Amino acid sequence: MAEIKNFTLNFGPAHPAAHGVLRLVLEMDGEVIQRADPHVGLLHRGTEKLAESKPYNQSIGYMDRLDYVSMMCNEHGYVLALEKMLGIEAPVRAQYIRTMFDEITRILNHLLWIGAHALDVGAMTMFLYAFREREDLMDVYEAVSGARLHATYYRPGGVYRDLPDTMPLHEKSRWTDDKEVNRLNENRGGSVLDFIEDFTTRFPTYVDEYETLLTDNRIWKQRLVDIGIVSPERALQLGLTGAMLRGSGIEWDLRKKQPYAMYDHVDFDVPVGVNGDSYDRYLVRIEEMRQSNIIIKQCVDWLRKNPGSVMHEDHKITPPSREEMKGDMEALIHHFKLATEGYCLPEGEAYAAIEHPKGEFGCYIVSDGANKPYRLKVRAPGFAHMSAMDELTKGHMLADVVTIIGTMDIVFGEVDR
Amino acid sequence: MSESLQTLKSHLNEALADKVQVCTIALKELTVEVVPENLLMLAKFLRDDASCLFEQLIDVCGVDYLTYGETEWDTSSGSFSRGVKREFSFDSGEQEEAVAFEGKRFAVVIHLLSVKLNQRIRVKCYCDDNDFPMVDSVEGVWSSANWFEREAFDMFGILFNGHPDLRRILTDYGFIGHPFRKDFPLIGHVDMRYDEEKKRVVYEPVSIEERILVPRIIRKDQRFTPAVEGDE
Repeated sequence: MAEIKNFTLNFGPAHPAAHGVLRLVLEMDGEVIQRADPHVGLLHRGTEKLAESKPYNQSIGYMDRLDYVSMMCNEHGYVLALEKMLGIEAPVRAQYIRTMFDEITRILNHLLWIGAHALDVGAMTMFLYAFREREDLMDVYEAVSGARLHATYYRPGGVYRDLPDTMPLHEKSRWTDDKEVNRLNENRGGSVLDFIEDFTTRFPTYVDEYETLLTDNRIWKQRLVDIGIVSPERALQLGLTGAMLRGSGIEWDLRKKQPYAMYDHVDFDVPVGVNGDSYDRYLVRIEEMRQSNIIIKQCVDWLRKNPGSVMHEDHKITPPSREEMKGDMEALIHHFKLATEGYCLPEGEAYAAIEHPKGEFGCYIVSDGANKPYRLKVRAPGFAHMSAMDELTKGHMLADVVTIIGTMDIVFGEVDR
Repeated sequence: MSESLQTLKSHLNEALADKVQVCTIALKELTVEVVPENLLMLAKFLRDDASCLFEQLIDVCGVDYLTYGETEWDTSSGSFSRGVKREFSFDSGEQEEAVAFEGKRFAVVIHLLSVKLNQRIRVKCYCDDNDFPMVDSVEGVWSSANWFEREAFDMFGILFNGHPDLRRILTDYGFIGHPFRKDFPLIGHVDMRYDEEKKRVVYEPVSIEERILVPRIIRKDQRFTPAVEGDE
């Protein structure tokens, strides 16, 4: 009989199932994994160090680029930490807008996750479906901020601007004829809120479609059930948060337990798994999309009825309006000071965390009283999840590694920072 | 929330009177400072004690206090000075300055979360030796500390005694230095490019100059000098 030895397999960093730039060094016994050693850092940009050299507001854009599929949630974590130290609170309308966009972002994130996850496991269709819906939501991003991905929409003290009254329309081009343009513009006649509301009425049917494709699908279940089981105790030990923790049966959601923005004013449920395997985490995230949809609906209703300011009035921190600036000397001075040196935070330190689509996203800021952070530490959920890779894959087959990467919802922008 | 923090604070002060240095509540967050010798003991206590139950380690991060409170623009001398450009170099002169830094330079900050009791705490531990910063690893208490400590080692050069696998994690293979230290320049030390003649990637000293676009300024804001209160 031939002698069988352990061998080492290199996976990535340019493998399509590695979700970016993961390099895994796998120690294998035949097809069974003995040890997985993830090599991360290929996308390390030193965001935290860069933030130390810039006034606070200039780093908001960097936050988008951490987890680049849930942009506004990252901003929210950073902005909350700033607001905590400044001792200010955004106006209620701004907080509702943030709540709504956090949930839009959660759907965006989960759509990409389910598309990529299903693609890895072998269901091509999901990817196309998910991107169809992402397109609509990214149009909403574009309508409010001007950018489809890296929005830089949240500011300490509110959001950059109020929701616009019109939704940008598609135009006729070489690729779209009148009929097609009319079809695309069908829902875009009203304001952004109208468009979002229209989306929330359509979206549950879409989720049903995904479930029809996957939930009882024999191949999907064969690939996911009992793969990457985490017990509740180990989940806590390994620092797993978000859906990874809830999939293991621990009911923990910062939106409920340590509410921020307007989460204590909206109704929603927190889905919890039972077995802690990949399939449960899939079900948890699917239900989260439905719940997000419900939250968005409630926010739209509130925002329709309650117009108002979306920025804090203190012009030492938030810039005055353009109009004021042209006519009022003091406003001009405020603007000049903000544009040239920004604002200073009081000396001290603060940690603010939010329930990011992937888990707990937190920002720890140390300030020495300057206009730039002395130290900014970003606590990215994906980093902790990635560190659990070895334990989750041990004893599984090589093909299951792909499932486990998918179920962890890894994005390297935030793991490497 | 703040009441429960108060009770937790007094409980910690009672149970660990001589072991804990400072225990403060600021911005509704409880911070405990501890000397490196007592870190491991405190970690175990925080995890297992019935009124602490911090079963989850959220974050470990290093902080370098080398330039804390330094500014790049002096506005106190009557007239405005130009923005001062800090020259970073690894010349001997700069090295001496680093050694001359008084006080404790490196700190390890640990954030903990209790899912059962819904509370958070921050543990801060200043390393004794500025040239050879070392604290005990809490990896044995919380497994998730593993990578966070590797990161702090990579970025700050803080050593974690008892860590099972203290390798670099985020920087490139063969990287020299600890990039998040305050005496490490923002632009780094080396450029990397593909050399057409040598047919491989080559490293060269950096070719760009560091610029400061907005100087670092500290302003004593009247509003923040008393306890931080609402602006309205």
